[in-house]
Amino acid sequence: MDRIPILKMGPLLLVSIQVDMHDQLALTLQDDLTDRIVKTRAHGVLIDISSLEVVDSFIGRMLGNIAAISRVLDAETVVVGMRPAVAITLVELGMSLAGVRTALNVERAMEMLQVVTGDGGVTPGEGTDGRHPD
Amino acid sequence: MVVTRTEKLPVQASEDVVRVRQAVRRWAVELGFNLVDQTKVVTAASELARNTLTYGGGGTVELENLVEGGRRGLRLTFADQGPGIPDVARALKDGFSTGTGLGLGLGGAKRLSNEFEIRSHPGAGTTVRITRWT
Amino acid sequence: MSPDRTNPIARVLDRHDKDLLAGWLDRQLQSVGMRRDLLDETLLREQSRQFLRLLRDAVATASDDVQDASWAPVREVLGAVSESRARQGFTPTETAMFVFSLKEPLFALLRQDLGADARALAEEMAKATELLDRLGLYTTEVYQKSREDVIVRQQQEMLELSTPVVQLWEGVLGLPLIGTLDSARTQVVMESLLQRIVDTGARIAIIDITGVPTVDTLVAQHLLKTVAAARLMGADCIISGIRPQIAQTVVHLGLDLTTVVTKATLADAFAVALQRVGLSVLRATAPR
Repeated sequence: MDRIPILKMGPLLLVSIQVDMHDQLALTLQDDLTDRIVKTRAHGVLIDISSLEVVDSFIGRMLGNIAAISRVLDAETVVVGMRPAVAITLVELGMSLAGVRTALNVERAMEMLQVVTGDGGVTPGEGTDGRHPD
Repeated sequence: MVVTRTEKLPVQASEDVVRVRQAVRRWAVELGFNLVDQTKVVTAASELARNTLTYGGGGTVELENLVEGGRRGLRLTFADQGPGIPDVARALKDGFSTGTGLGLGLGGAKRLSNEFEIRSHPGAGTTVRITRWT
Repeated sequence: MSPDRTNPIARVLDRHDKDLLAGWLDRQLQSVGMRRDLLDETLLREQSRQFLRLLRDAVATASDDVQDASWAPVREVLGAVSESRARQGFTPTETAMFVFSLKEPLFALLRQDLGADARALAEEMAKATELLDRLGLYTTEVYQKSREDVIVRQQQEMLELSTPVVQLWEGVLGLPLIGTLDSARTQVVMESLLQRIVDTGARIAIIDITGVPTVDTLVAQHLLKTVAAARLMGADCIISGIRPQIAQTVVHLGLDLTTVVTKATLADAFAVALQRVGLSVLRATAPR
């Protein structure tokens, strides 16, 4: 596979990473996503990593970059489904991905993003982005 | 301490980093590591393989099964003939605070391993050896 | 590699296998401290027969180094015997006797074969002694490792018992920590908490540290790691049970807990958690 597919679901973009990516593939994904966010004027990006058995510093940085870039383009990114062993390892590695919103599964993530993108939604979504909630 | 199995793999291209992850995973599973320990050693290997490729200009990794007393271990030795690291102590420390580039890989790999050794001199290449015990 | 027929030890193991087995079993069953209460004679016979067969193969064809790959089958049998004896409660000596009690019967048969040639006999007995000593020591190493494994497993079980994760409400987990928080404990805590988050789909985890005696830089680091890991899986943590002393220590040590929500009591934390998941508690309309 030379490209990770990006699906469009209404105002959201959905990426499901199911392969062990080499660095170039990850960089290509970052570029493709950035393009698609602009082209589709997406309001949210959902990155499903529930199939990933390993997330190292390179992938971690990629996720952080995508979150930051999307925010500049007025879209929110949520990283979904990190496995426990991966979370423990990433923290031990020294990456906390502060600034990246996370959710346990796709349904939760869509609730979070819908509220952000929703038309006049009243309640604030249960965001978990590492910032101290006021 | 006895080496009961050994294999050397090239680290010359970004696909090799993926192959190294997969090989290390297979060896870790065979040695009976639990899931979190498997993830840690594979992630550490990914960091060091990438360093070998990106900063070392390419090199090799040697995988070894160790037996000592009753415990089993997986030892990985990454070697390159690249420019070497001028200040190893700083490279190990920086990783923790800056979270960018070379540093995070080395410091991270160290934190994810039971044993860590590095030999590096400017102009004489770099060798990094990590061990994970069951 | 064809069997080395000039090797006297190999010849004894090959030609006198029945006598050797009988002599050895006799010796094992007689030896001081033989645990007749724990030992099953049929099993012992089978283990001994198997060991002799593999020993014969290894001595005839393999190298001198008992740690290398060609001695693996022998080591495996010894390993199995040692592990089962360790589990059953034999002492290290009783376990090593499995190998050492083979010396006498083996020497007796070597004397029979080489009787006339005193020098050859001395040489072979020395070789046999060295071999059996090394194998006997191997059983001790495996024994020790097995005992360590038992201890580690028991410690693990105790750790897990002392870090129960409870579901306080739908989507809200509680983790009352009792005792010191070291890195081994933190590993167990993180693994159980994260697994429970997956199992229950929890969004909030309240980590109560009322039972943690001191919070220093290391403990704070362990707590922060746990919080960070839970967050990566979409669950926020609230740390409760901050005693006044701990609050002072935190400030005094300059510990940065600003990324974490902290509450003095579990009750306060629970109230916040309910609010965060969009629930509120109402009084029943008809109080009695």
